[in-house]
Amino acid sequence: MIAYIVRRLLILPLVLFGVTVFIFGIFSLLDPVMRASLYVRDVPKTADALQRIIHKYGLDDPIHIQYWRWLNQVIRGNFGWSKTAQRPVLQAIGYYLPASLELALWAMVPVILGGIVLGILSALHHNRPLDHTTRVFALIGWSFPSYVYGLLLLMVFYATLRWFPPGRISDWVSREVIVGTFRQYTGMYTLDAVLNLRLDVFADALRHLVMPVLTLSYIQWALLLRVTRSSMLETLRQEYVMTARAKGLKEWVVVYKHATRNALIPVVTMGGLLLVGLLNGVVITETVFNYPGLGQWAARAATTFDMLSVLGFSLFGSTLLVFGNLAVDVLYAVIDPRIRLE
Amino acid sequence: MRTIRQLLRNPLSLTGFVLLLFFVGVAVAAPRLAPPARAWEPYRIVQCGFSPTPAPPGDPNPFRAIWKVVTGQATLCQVHPFGTTGEGQYDIYYGVVWGTRTAFQVGLIITGACVLIGIVVGAIAAYFGRWVGEIVMRITDIFMAFPFLVAAMTIAAVLQPKIGRGLVTAMIALIVFGWMTYSRLIRGDILAVKERDYVQAARAAGAGHLRIILRHILPNAIFPTLVLASMDIGSYVISFAALSFLGLGAEIGYADWGQMLSFARNWIARLNEYWWIIFYPGMAILLFVLAWNLVGDALRDVLDPRLRGRITV
Repeated sequence: MIAYIVRRLLILPLVLFGVTVFIFGIFSLLDPVMRASLYVRDVPKTADALQRIIHKYGLDDPIHIQYWRWLNQVIRGNFGWSKTAQRPVLQAIGYYLPASLELALWAMVPVILGGIVLGILSALHHNRPLDHTTRVFALIGWSFPSYVYGLLLLMVFYATLRWFPPGRISDWVSREVIVGTFRQYTGMYTLDAVLNLRLDVFADALRHLVMPVLTLSYIQWALLLRVTRSSMLETLRQEYVMTARAKGLKEWVVVYKHATRNALIPVVTMGGLLLVGLLNGVVITETVFNYPGLGQWAARAATTFDMLSVLGFSLFGSTLLVFGNLAVDVLYAVIDPRIRLE
Repeated sequence: MRTIRQLLRNPLSLTGFVLLLFFVGVAVAAPRLAPPARAWEPYRIVQCGFSPTPAPPGDPNPFRAIWKVVTGQATLCQVHPFGTTGEGQYDIYYGVVWGTRTAFQVGLIITGACVLIGIVVGAIAAYFGRWVGEIVMRITDIFMAFPFLVAAMTIAAVLQPKIGRGLVTAMIALIVFGWMTYSRLIRGDILAVKERDYVQAARAAGAGHLRIILRHILPNAIFPTLVLASMDIGSYVISFAALSFLGLGAEIGYADWGQMLSFARNWIARLNEYWWIIFYPGMAILLFVLAWNLVGDALRDVLDPRLRGRITV
């Protein structure tokens, strides 16, 4: 067990090193002139200004020297200046993270309810109407691009019914939360509103979250539903389940105490894919709903050639994913002793 | 023959095949269905006038409007069967029809390139000993450490100022981070086939590496990869359209469904009035992807039961 975790931890720096090499490799596809232009705020007044910048920052040095210099800065937390956010990239990530985190955490509610619970029910009602209905919905959900889905939600619930607005909070709330009486503990408005005992702010923040949460979560739950369903079907066919039934145990004991626990083991491995889905999903979802989070910031940066922001977000996302996958692997080994022996 | 009958008996896979045939038909007949205004650049969507707001479909019955266009009784700009986009006044019907061709090109080229790279990398990793394999697979791991769409977005953003905004940029971005699942799958299958007696026999008979891989190993190991690829075409089309939607794929005015959907972002408060901007391109992409997913699922169930229930993203 310990040996397994240590082995996984030893690979970690290697993978992270590889990730930084990749990011810098992508960056160095750009000519020195283009990279120099990222550091310039206004139009250079003299003809050789760009050349001087290139020379000053060593943008035409051999690539491994440049990489080393860049890595030193990155380790110190200096990712450069984000033009889109008008602040350093690391600060920008800190600034936009609470909004995206809030979105992702709320998205877990329908993912777990819709994915796991429906998956188990679907397996229990194998080949009956409930099973067919959920499968068809999962199949359509699987084929539904999230931007189309999000725009349809906007059409129905915003443009027509005016129930759920886009954005993150209403104007009057944004004035409220700046005032000193409202303390921002986490930057996640729903949580802060509860801590400040402000139900009106909570309701407003939640109203803005409904559509993005639905958009971000449905692909994930369609995925989880398929995995849970097939895993549960396979577990129910196992002999120990038959034994439990033969012993005369009540059906719900067999299902929930014996089958479900084992059936959910493969679902744990979906954690990594879930994280990928969330990271990809926030980019699209936040862009569709004009929700000011990490994804929208990165998408805006990508279309305006604010490369330092895009690379910062990419590095942030992949680092998060590397640690997320590690956590999933360790968790899997803890839950399922068979894995450790491999 | 039995396989085909089996495929057609299942209502879901039958739906998939019918939808796919429909899209093939639309793609082939595009010049008849939506005659280009400028024959030398058919993928530029026809523009009608200069109004700032989207124009509604010219006829409440879109089929009648399409019939008029096909038979030459009216031009696209007189009836625009699916309405226009607003800014730029791009004709949506034209874009949806020619966008079918774009979707086929994009889906097949990306999938084909990814499978090809996957096979080459997987074959190298599996065939040439432990150390080569180990190193190649660790490099693959690093590619997999990136969230797919975020990584593709990064590459597209870097390539845009270098080779311009367009199909090629976005396709390269998606291919660079799309091949890894195939290389892993084919590596496992080659490792399983490699030690079979007939491969040993071929080696003993003096066949070279390339000949053994191409003639003896690949034909027996490639099938699961191809099935998996057929299931992925739909999701590549979604990802490509997502890049276009974000403004990193096809250029503005190009016949591409994702690019057309991005026009809807200007009108989110009035989408109930201008429903056609999202309805037609949105349905086109949904049905196209659904068709590939249904066909892919059906192919997998019939050809390779081993992959049943396998989840891919």
